[in-house]
Amino acid sequence: MPDDGGKPQSGPIWLDAAAKPFISIEGVTKRFGSFTAVDNVTLKVFKGELFALLGGSGCGKSTLLRMLAGFETPTEGKILIDGQDMAGIPPYERPVNMMFQSYALFPHMTVEKNIGYGLKHENMSDAERADRVKMLIDLVQLGQFAQRKPHQLSGGQRQRVALARALAKQPKLLLLDEPLGALDKKLREQTQFELMNIQDKVGITFIVVTHDQEEAMTLATRIAVMDKGVIRQTGTPTEIYEYPRTKFVADFIGSINQFEGEVKSSKKGFVTVSVPLTNTEMTVPHDRDLPEGSKVAVAVRPEKLTITRKAPAKGVNAVTGTVVDLGYFGKDSLYRIKLASGALVRVNHVNSKRAGEGERVAVWEDKVWLTFDPSSAILLAE
Amino acid sequence: MKRLSTFLVVMLCLGYAFFYIPILSMMFFSFNKSKLATVWGGFSFDPYVRLFKTNAVWDAAGLSLMIAVISATFATILGTMAGMALARFKRFPGRTAFSGLVTSPLIMPEVITGISLALLFIGIGYATGLMRGATTITIAHITFSMSYVAVIVQSRLASMDRSVEEAAMDLGSKPAQVLFDVTLPIIAPALVSGWLLAFTLSLDDVVITTFTNGPGSTTLPLYIFGQARLGVKPEMNALATIIVTLVGTGVAIAGILMHRAEQKRLRDERQAYAANK
Ligand SMILES: Nc1ncnc2c1ncn2[C@@H]1O[C@H](COP(=O)(O)OP(=O)(O)OP(=O)(O)O)[C@@H](O)[C@H]1O
Ligand SMILES: [Mg+2]
Repeated sequence: MPDDGGKPQSGPIWLDAAAKPFISIEGVTKRFGSFTAVDNVTLKVFKGELFALLGGSGCGKSTLLRMLAGFETPTEGKILIDGQDMAGIPPYERPVNMMFQSYALFPHMTVEKNIGYGLKHENMSDAERADRVKMLIDLVQLGQFAQRKPHQLSGGQRQRVALARALAKQPKLLLLDEPLGALDKKLREQTQFELMNIQDKVGITFIVVTHDQEEAMTLATRIAVMDKGVIRQTGTPTEIYEYPRTKFVADFIGSINQFEGEVKSSKKGFVTVSVPLTNTEMTVPHDRDLPEGSKVAVAVRPEKLTITRKAPAKGVNAVTGTVVDLGYFGKDSLYRIKLASGALVRVNHVNSKRAGEGERVAVWEDKVWLTFDPSSAILLAE
Repeated sequence: MKRLSTFLVVMLCLGYAFFYIPILSMMFFSFNKSKLATVWGGFSFDPYVRLFKTNAVWDAAGLSLMIAVISATFATILGTMAGMALARFKRFPGRTAFSGLVTSPLIMPEVITGISLALLFIGIGYATGLMRGATTITIAHITFSMSYVAVIVQSRLASMDRSVEEAAMDLGSKPAQVLFDVTLPIIAPALVSGWLLAFTLSLDDVVITTFTNGPGSTTLPLYIFGQARLGVKPEMNALATIIVTLVGTGVAIAGILMHRAEQKRLRDERQAYAANK
C-alpha cells in the first residue's frame, strides 16, 4: 500500500482521500525472465504534482517509467492514466512524453528539428509550430546552437535538447529519466528552478527519476524511495527526511546515526530503549505499539545531536565518546565521535558563535557528551 | 620517425611489386602495337581504337551496368527487410530456418548456388516459357547479394540505440513513420555500402552468371572471360586499363570526400566544446 504519510487533513491533494489520482499504478510487477525488476508497486500521483522516484542504480526506476510510457508491458498489475487503463495502448497514443536517460536525440536532425519533431503530428499552423520551437530553444538557452546536430553538442547541451523536445507537445504527463545528470551545479540549479517554473506555468504532472537525493528534495512535491524494485516509502521531502520508516530509507536520505537496542518499557507515547552499545537508555516518542524486547534502532540525524564537554543531567538522552575527527566547513563543523564500543557517531555542529583558534566546542581527543531531544530521534523497527 | 631496416624496405617493395606489377604490365601492354598480347611491337593507341569500334564490348558493359543497378537496388530493399526481421524479432516461428536461408549464399560455393538456380530457372522456363537471359541473371544476382545487405543491415541495427526509435514513437509517430523518419536515415550509410557491395558483386560475377544466362545476354565479365580463352588480346588489356583507371579515380575521390567530412566533424566537435565553456 502506498504510504501517504500521516493523517488526513485539509491541504495537499494527496492527503484527500476522495481525490481522484491522475496516475494510478496498481500492483505492477515487471519480470525479465526470472529477474524481477519492479516488484508489486502501487502508487498514486495527482494532477500537477512533481513526483520523484528516488533510488540507487538498477532498482527499477527506468523500468517503471518505461511502463508508464508504454515501452514495457507490466507482467502483472495495471496502470491508469487519467482514469484510462493503459493496457494495450501503444506509446504513440498515450498522453505522455518522456525524456530518456540516454537523451535519444535524433542524430541526423538539427537541434531545431529535434525539438520540433513531436509537433508535426500536432494540429497547428507552421507559424505556431515555429513559435513554439523558438520559445523552447530560448527556454533551454540553446539559441546559438539551433542549427547544430547532436554530435556537435556537449553532454549538457544534449540534455537540454532532450528536455525541450519532451516539453514540446505539452503532454499531460511528463516523464523525466535523470533529467539533470549531466549538468554542472549552476546550470543544474537553474534548470531545477526552470522545471518548477514550467510546471507551475503549464500545470503538467511530472514524474522525475533521480538517484540524487538532494535533487529529489529540492524538486519534488512527493518522493517515492525505491530499492530492488520495491517502493520502501512515499511521502513529502520533509516526511521522508524527518520520519523515515525503515533503516534503508533513513540511510538513503542524508546521513543518520543509528543506535540499536531493545524496547524496555513503553508508556504515554514514549518508549525507553536500552542500548547495549552505549550502555545507556534512550527515550523516544513512537506511534506504534512495540512489545517489550523487540529489536529497534534509535536514529538521530547528525545535526540534531548537541555536543558538550559537560556531563548532562540524568534522564537526558546522551552518549559519550572521544573526538577522532573534526572537519571545519565555516558555517558548520563535522565531528566524528568514537564511542567506547568503537562505533563512530557523526555530529554536525552549527558554528553560531564566532570562535577564535582553540576556542572550539571540542577538539581532537576531547571527551564529549552528545545529547538529543527525544522528539528529534526516530524509532526504526527492523 | 623510426628508420626502417633494409630488410623491411625490401619486403615492402616486394609486397608492392607483387600487387602492382601485374596491373602495371597489363596497362603497359594495352599500348602494344602488336596484335599479340605478349610480344612488344611498339607504342600505339591502336588497341584502344579497336576496342572502341567493338560494339559487343559496349553492349556487354551496358547490360552489366543495367543488371548491377537493378539487382543492387532490389537486393538493398529485400536485404534491408530481411536484416530488420533478423535484428528486431528475436523470436518468431521459423526464425532459425529463415536466418540460415538468408545467410546460406554467403557460405555456399558459388557453383552450387549457380547450379541450383539454373535448375530452378529451367523448371520455371518449362512451366511459364520464361527465357533465360538478363531477367534470370538479375534474379540470381539479387538472390546472393541480398544476403550481404541483410548481414550489413542486421549488424548495423544491432549496434543502434533503440531508444532513438522509442523517442520518435513517444513523440507520436507510428512504427511505419518511425522507420522512415528515424531508422532508415540513421542506417543510411549501411544501406549505401550494402548497395555498393551488391553493385560490385553483380558487376564482376562470372560463375552464377554463367549458369543463369541465356543466348544474347553476355555480361562484361562473361565477354572478357570468353575473349581471354582465345588468348589475351591487347584490346582486353585496354578495356581492363580503362576499368582500373575508373575504379582508381572513384576510390581516390571517395577517400578525399571522407577525409574532408572527418575533418569537418572534428572541427564541429571542437567548436561545440569551446562554445560550452
Ligand atoms: N530489457 C531488459 N532485460 C533484462 N533485464 C533488464 C531489462 N531492462 C532492465 N533490466 C534490469 O532491470 C533492473 C532495473 O533496471 P532499470 O533500468 O529500471 O534501473 P534504474 O533504476 O533505472 O537504474 P539507473 O539509475 O542505473 O538508471 C536492472 O537490474 C536491469 O539490469
Ligand atoms: Mg535508469
